[in-house]
Formats: sequence, structure tokens, C-alpha cells
Amino acid sequence: MSANLSAIFYLISGVLFILALRGLSSPETSRKGNLFGILGMTIAITVTFLSIGTFSNGLIYVLIFLLIGGLIGAYIAYKIPMTAMPELVAGFHSLVGLSAVLVAISAFLNPEAFNLGSIGSIKLSSLIEMSIGAAVGAITFSGSIIAFLKLQGIMSGSPITFRGQHLLNALLLISIIVLTYLLCLTQSSNYFWILLAVSFLIGFLLIIPIGGADMPVVISMLNSYSGWAAAGIGFTLENSALIITGALVGSSGAILSYIMCKGMNRSFFNVILGGFGAAEQSTASGDKEHRPVKNGNAEDAAFLMKNASSVIIVPGYGMAVAQAQHALREMVDTLKKNDIKVTYAIHPVAGRMPGHMNVLLAEANVPYDEVFELEEINNDFANADVAFVIGANDVTNPAAKSDPQSPIYGMPVLDVEKCKSVLFVKRSLSPGYAGIDNDLFYKENTLMLFADAKKMTEEITKNL
Amino acid sequence: MEIDPFIFRLSIFILSIFIGYYVVWSVTPSLHTPLMSVTNAISSVIIVGAIIAGLAGNSDGGFTISNILGFLAISLAAVNIFGGFLVTQRMLQMYKKKKKDK
Repeated sequence: MSANLSAIFYLISGVLFILALRGLSSPETSRKGNLFGILGMTIAITVTFLSIGTFSNGLIYVLIFLLIGGLIGAYIAYKIPMTAMPELVAGFHSLVGLSAVLVAISAFLNPEAFNLGSIGSIKLSSLIEMSIGAAVGAITFSGSIIAFLKLQGIMSGSPITFRGQHLLNALLLISIIVLTYLLCLTQSSNYFWILLAVSFLIGFLLIIPIGGADMPVVISMLNSYSGWAAAGIGFTLENSALIITGALVGSSGAILSYIMCKGMNRSFFNVILGGFGAAEQSTASGDKEHRPVKNGNAEDAAFLMKNASSVIIVPGYGMAVAQAQHALREMVDTLKKNDIKVTYAIHPVAGRMPGHMNVLLAEANVPYDEVFELEEINNDFANADVAFVIGANDVTNPAAKSDPQSPIYGMPVLDVEKCKSVLFVKRSLSPGYAGIDNDLFYKENTLMLFADAKKMTEEITKNL
Repeated sequence: MEIDPFIFRLSIFILSIFIGYYVVWSVTPSLHTPLMSVTNAISSVIIVGAIIAGLAGNSDGGFTISNILGFLAISLAAVNIFGGFLVTQRMLQMYKKKKKDK
């Protein structure tokens, strides 16, 4: 296949990838969108095989490795529980990063195969593109591994900070530029290896100071990085499918990071520089904790809800941890049988990744037209009888609106306190990730239900 | 004077960023998780480079380190392609069940 023809096919794959993302504008069109994506990928892979034309003895190995990877991927896709989506996505990002690194190394070692010149005299522009692709890929890889370990709970979710951290990161970032320059100047492979090593280190250092609940931002950011890495390699390989995809994924991740940051009213740099939560912890454990709370049980909750005419459910990360989404749906079904109007309110940063709560509710067969975003539903709290907060905390804290001293001041929150009564399913009175107390716990119309979210929900259903 | 092909690729890149920007803003927030998994899957189109690396011939017929790295990259990207698209499909399937009669 001629280079021009294959370039046209790569362009078609690129367009199909755009359509794949476009499809996600509504659930109805989304599945067709995914098929466009699969088609685009199939075209890209087929064209690559055809454009190489003469096959070396490597073909059989290429197919074997493709099959192995495909089977592992398919197995994971079918087995993974929906609550583990954030870990899965982080893990997948690391793979994109690592394969970008491997392709870059491979191109560096065998530039002839990619038409980039020969060893020792690789084209300057290719060398720069390769370095960018490899560096961003390496950062994506090690960063995603840390994010994965934190999400899995293998590594503590609390931020790890040390003196001079930001200075060290800044120096390392500068060294990347210097190393790229030296690499272009001398073509010496040593600089390439050091460049990779430094990039792996940066990815690691960049993510360790970020706390567990900032993960939505981190995952989105790594998503963006994996795109830029792919684009860098796309420039090296002069492949438009890769360039288009890289740009799409890069901007997609960047937008998601922006939305997540806005959901927390924090700047991107504030999140990335990390350490949030650790510093606030001390102020939180003050005497405020000893204020009286109204402690309820499942019967009280059932009674309140049975007499309500409208209930708004506010799910949070605690629901995911307790895997309570199915129990919750059963409870809602019972409520609906009693002619009670039930809706769900989702805060943008609820959970550990963008859209995390929506997926869990969808898994539990909650129709998506009963699920609303913050702006859509926030005015409804004033007219609702009961707000059922399950596993959420900071996103309901009225201090964000009233207390300029609060670390979360200015963050958009759900106006849960405007409901006639508030039910809080929580394991303990402990503050949320921001390390601050929630005034809502001590309000007259708040009933605390201290229990595992799933067990409590099931018990309430029994009592309805 | 002839324009360097790099400029064309850069144009594609910049325009694609803008397309991505507008397309992603129109994605409904409830589908942000599938958006991440599908972008994950499509960014694995990097497999194209891995295949070239894996199939690159050399004079003595054996495998070079470059080939082997290509094979590994193929596996990694394939995990992502199959895993990413399938898990997205699985998620989107769940959103299908909508509007039950009340």
C-alpha cells in the first residue's frame, strides 16, 4: 500500500475517533460512538500491516503478542467490578505511557525502520519529538502506577510530602529540557537513557504528594498526558491517526481536569502541588467534635422517608466503598412504590474519578434521567422533604458558602441543608478528606445514621 | 519555497486540539467515566508504532532489541485497546436501560 493511501486511511481512523467522542454527548448515541472507535482502531491496525507489505519473520510474533494482550484486556474488561473503574483507568493509562516509551526506545535504537535517519544521525526534529513522546510517556507511566497503587489502597492515600519537594520537581523538569538539548547536540544514547530515568522519577514525585480525594484531578491529568505522549510519538512516526488521537485525548483530559478543579474551587496548580488535607488535619480535630448530634437508626430513617413526598439521594465515595448502589436502588424502588418522588444529585467531584457515581448508579439500573448534576438539581433541595446523603461529606458542607476561613470556601456544594430533614449515612463522625468538620452533622434537622452504607440501606428497606 | 511537512502535521495537531475541546465539552457529565475509558482505548492507536517496530527487518534475520520492545509495546497497547473498548461497551450498555414506567 502506498504511503499516501495509508495516510488517507489513518486520517479516516482519526475522523472515526472524533465521532467516537462525539457520540458520548448522550447515552443514546454513545454505543454507536464506541463502535466508530472500534472501527477506527481496526482500520488503523489493518493499514499498518498492509503498508509494511513485506513481512519479516516477526509477523507471527506480532500476532501472538497482539492476541496475548487482547485476551488479557478482554478478560479484565469483563471481570472488573464497576466500583474499581478508577483503578482500571489509572492502570490503563500506565500501559499507554509505557508503550509510548517502548516505541520511542525502539525508534531510537532502529531509526531506519521508521525513516528517521540512522543511528548517530537521527533527524533533529525526530529526536526532539521522540524525546517529548518518551518523557511524557514515562511520566504518564510512573504517575499512573502511583495513582493506581493509591486507588487500590496498596499505597496510603494520604499525601506524602517532604521539604524541597517543589524545588526538586522544578529542577528535574528543567533537566529534561537540558537533556533533550544535549541529546540533540551529541546524539549520544546516554542522554536518552538519563532522560527516561528522570522522567520516570518525575511521574513518581508528581503524584505522591497528592491525596486520595484529589484523584479525580490526577486521573484526568494523566489521561491528558497519555494523549500528549501519543501525539509526540505520532509526530515521530509522521502518523496523522496518532496525532489526531493524541490531541483529542490530550484536550479531553485537560478539560476533565479543569471541570474537576472547578468542582473543588481549587486551581490546577494547587492540586498538583499537593499536600492538601495533611495540613488541615490538626485544626479539624478541635473541640467542635464534641457537639451533640442526633443519632438515628434504620427505623427512624424509614419513618422519615415514608412520610416524605420527595427524596433526593446524594451519593459519594462511601457508597462506592460499601458497594451500596444496588441496595440503594432497592430502597428507592420501595420508596417509589409508595408514590415518593426520588431523584439523585451528583456533585462533580463525588467519587474518585469524573462520572464515577453515574456509572455505579447505571450499574444498579438507575435510569439516567433520574440522575442530575449539581446545577440542575441544587434549587430542588429547598422543596424536598428528605435528603439522603450516602457516603458523601465535603460536597454537602455549608461552610463552603458561609465560612471564608474554611479551606473549602467557595467550592460549589449541594444545598442539602435546605431540605426539611437530612439523613446522613456515615461510618463515623470523622471529617472528610478536606479534614474539616461538617456543620450539617449538628443541625437540628439532621439525623446521623452511623453504619456501613450497604447494611443501613438494606435495613431501611426492611423497615419501609 | 516549500513548506516543511512538519508544519502540516502541526496544523493537524492544533486543529485536532480545538476539535477535541469542543467535542469534549459537549460530552454529558454522566458519561465522563466512559469518556475516560474510550480515550484510553483510542490513545492505544500507538500500537501502530509498535507494529512497525516489531516488524522492522534487519540483515541477519534475528530479532533486535528494537523488535522485542515492539512486541512488548504491542501487548501493552492491545490490553488497552481490547480492555478499553470492551469495558466502555459494558458501561454504556448499562446506561441503555433507561426510563422505566413509573
